[in-house]
Amino acid sequence: MTGTGQLLRLVLRRDRGVMPLWVFGIGILPLVYLQGFDTLFTTAPERIAYARVSAANTGFVALYGPLHGDSVGELVVWRGGFVPVMIALAALLTVLRHTRADEEAGRTELIRAGVTGRFAPLAAAVLATVLGCTVMGVIVAVTLIGQGLPAAGAVALGAVFAGSGWVFAGVGAVAAQISDSARGGRTIAVLVLGVSYVLRLGGDISAMGDGRLDWLSWLSPLGWVQRVFPFGADDWWPLALTVVVAAAAVGGGAFLLTRRDIGGGLLAGRLGPATASAALGSPLGLAWRLHRGLLFGWTAGFAALGLIFGGVGSSVVQLAEDSPGVSEMFTRIGGTEAISGAYFTTAAQLSGLIIACYAVQAALRIRDEEQNGHAEALLGTDVSRWAWGFGHLVFALIGPAVALFAEGLLAGLTFGDLGQVLETTMAQVPAVWVLAGVTVLLIGAVPKLSAAAWAVTATALLIMLVGPLLRVDQWVLDLSPFTHVSHGLTVAPMLSLTLIAAVLGGAGLFALRRRDVPV
Amino acid sequence: MADAIDAEGLIKRFGAVTALDGLDLTVRTGEVHGFLGPNGAGKTTTIRVLLGLMRADGGSARLLDGDPWADATALHRRLAYVPGDVTFWPNLTGGEVIDLLGRLRGGLDTARRKRLIERFELDPRKKGRAYSKGNRQKVALIAALASDVELLILDEPTSGLDPLMEEVFRETILEEKRRGDRTVLLSSHILSEVEALCDRLTIIRAGRTVETGTLDDLRHLTRTTIRAELTGPVNGLAGIAGVHDLTTADGRVSFDVDADALEPALKSLVAAGVRSLVSQPPSLEELFLRHYTGEPVR
Ligand SMILES: Nc1ncnc2c1ncn2[C@@H]1O[C@H](COP(=O)(O)OP(=O)(O)O)[C@@H](O)[C@H]1O
Ligand SMILES: [Mg+2]
Repeated sequence: MTGTGQLLRLVLRRDRGVMPLWVFGIGILPLVYLQGFDTLFTTAPERIAYARVSAANTGFVALYGPLHGDSVGELVVWRGGFVPVMIALAALLTVLRHTRADEEAGRTELIRAGVTGRFAPLAAAVLATVLGCTVMGVIVAVTLIGQGLPAAGAVALGAVFAGSGWVFAGVGAVAAQISDSARGGRTIAVLVLGVSYVLRLGGDISAMGDGRLDWLSWLSPLGWVQRVFPFGADDWWPLALTVVVAAAAVGGGAFLLTRRDIGGGLLAGRLGPATASAALGSPLGLAWRLHRGLLFGWTAGFAALGLIFGGVGSSVVQLAEDSPGVSEMFTRIGGTEAISGAYFTTAAQLSGLIIACYAVQAALRIRDEEQNGHAEALLGTDVSRWAWGFGHLVFALIGPAVALFAEGLLAGLTFGDLGQVLETTMAQVPAVWVLAGVTVLLIGAVPKLSAAAWAVTATALLIMLVGPLLRVDQWVLDLSPFTHVSHGLTVAPMLSLTLIAAVLGGAGLFALRRRDVPV
Repeated sequence: MADAIDAEGLIKRFGAVTALDGLDLTVRTGEVHGFLGPNGAGKTTTIRVLLGLMRADGGSARLLDGDPWADATALHRRLAYVPGDVTFWPNLTGGEVIDLLGRLRGGLDTARRKRLIERFELDPRKKGRAYSKGNRQKVALIAALASDVELLILDEPTSGLDPLMEEVFRETILEEKRRGDRTVLLSSHILSEVEALCDRLTIIRAGRTVETGTLDDLRHLTRTTIRAELTGPVNGLAGIAGVHDLTTADGRVSFDVDADALEPALKSLVAAGVRSLVSQPPSLEELFLRHYTGEPVR
């Protein structure tokens, strides 16, 4: 552990731009929600009615988690139910960035050759992340107490947020040892996060219906931190579980670290074919090799999500029909459609936003290939810029569509209304394409700002999460392509979104053809 | 036949940095041309411009009688490029990368591929991540050398190779040279490599061409170091243009002299009477170092 202190300072220095952004940005979200609710409900009965309807809205419960009370504090906690996912993502990415990514770049070797202990880089990365998450938790508690909410609940929510980060810092620490590349480590950690989310979602929805699968939530860190119920039960013991699991995961990461060589991983080193198969002889063939893992992974994940959405669909309908008051409210909020329609629409919106991350990730591969030098060898051959960029873009477009199709198909089949469910799900595809198009345009026109594609995606997510609550102007809502998705395969919005995506992507490829590579 | 590469007055700026500042480079068809310069001189940038990966801000460039930017892909079918900083896809094996790059160039001589893999002692079944820098370099070199192309553009191809493999590389290039149907542009900052392989060479510094010619031409530019013990006082030596760093003490003189001042300098020594004389032959090393350290040349 020698040198951990110095390395910690180095980590904090390198993250001095990014870390405050997520620590403060996420830290003040509960305050934003609180103010949103304060302006939304001027009287208590209004708020209580809203809480009752929301608690019975399966789509909401799927997205945010269960809601058991109707105080404004509980509403804030519930509405912030997706925030732990963002915190977890920030935490695991931070740990991986300062462990495996550094090791891959050869920086760790340099540092370990100096007077630093074997565990120092891992310890510094985890400490910095835990520190960031904890500061965020303090911000949450302080801002909410400042608004006059009960101190116990405010501190509990801060601890829930911080704890989500701690656990996934641990997940990052383990993932960094398992794979021998930063990309592989990220994939493993994000996969754990995705599975945690789906387990929580399945358990929570099941708890609304017959409750046969409600134990699923307890398999998920995202599920059990919610069982603290700040401002409600204020039950602290799931936090103890969080601390234990986080510590165990970090310890596990440290143990795995002793089991491998520097630069190596636990899952690596197999030999492959000495010659290329016939398929590997074109830019598209190469793109297939580079994208197929991602495609299979996302498709399998979304198929599982579809099974869960479809499986709990019938209990959703049952539940709503049993309580006519809720059913009436439900239909009013969800539009004029049937209850199942409203449910699957919310499910599709959620899926659309998640799969947009895949689209952006796949499109950003163009920039990755440029930066890590692979593109240069390729473009020195008979491959044109256009063919190179297009090969990746194809997968950024087709991949999310395939994953959504798998989800819609399985959800529809398990629910028993294939047509409606599949239509609702596939209606998201053109909006996802728009984000892929934006990404390619950034890569082509302002390559150094390519990563801003994530900011665009996060903005679309925020618009969906807080836009309606804060009653922002329509033009702000209109900025997100997902605002323009209609609930079904209506030709006009699908066509115009597709056209916008095509123009953005085409302009991006055109710009890519005209600029220097690599820059 | 026209020159394989003809670049004149290339200018390339990256923001405030001027990477190429009027660079000239001519590579004749069929020759092995050395392209030398210290780190950051602009070798890689020049090559990228020649490959149409980057667009020059000024000057003109012709490659295999085409426009490198406009005809990029058509030209690339006729050449093979080994980038200086090669990395490959972590999930592809070396063998797969060789085949892929070969096919993308329009074909690969499988017999030659096999021979090169043996000579470079490469295990083609390892995946990208498992290769060291030297092994990645070998993958790129084998892919290039096994392709049926007229022009090889190699950017510091031996950086990362161990001395044994460097020797294999030299032998391979010498064989190519004997066959005589390929043109090679070899960027390097290792003088001995260039001396061993190249017909002609171009030295650049800070984005500008400072010397170009055959090895002999360039040797001619270098100075001979003379040390002599004289029997009498020497006159006029200091006045000869081309005599540098002259020191005289108790009948001993030592100085550096340019090739074209050698005769007058020796004449004045002889006139003074020579007891002993040591001359150090001109070396490219010295010329090279002079360019590297940024001393004005002559
Ligand atoms: N993409 C780039 N952006 C900014 N500066 C660059 C870029 N590529 C090269 N340079 C600069 O141009 C100069 C020449 O670099 P390079 O051609 O790589 O030199 P060499 O290959 O001879 O070592 C250097 O000063 C380098 O820093
Ligand atoms: Mg270089």
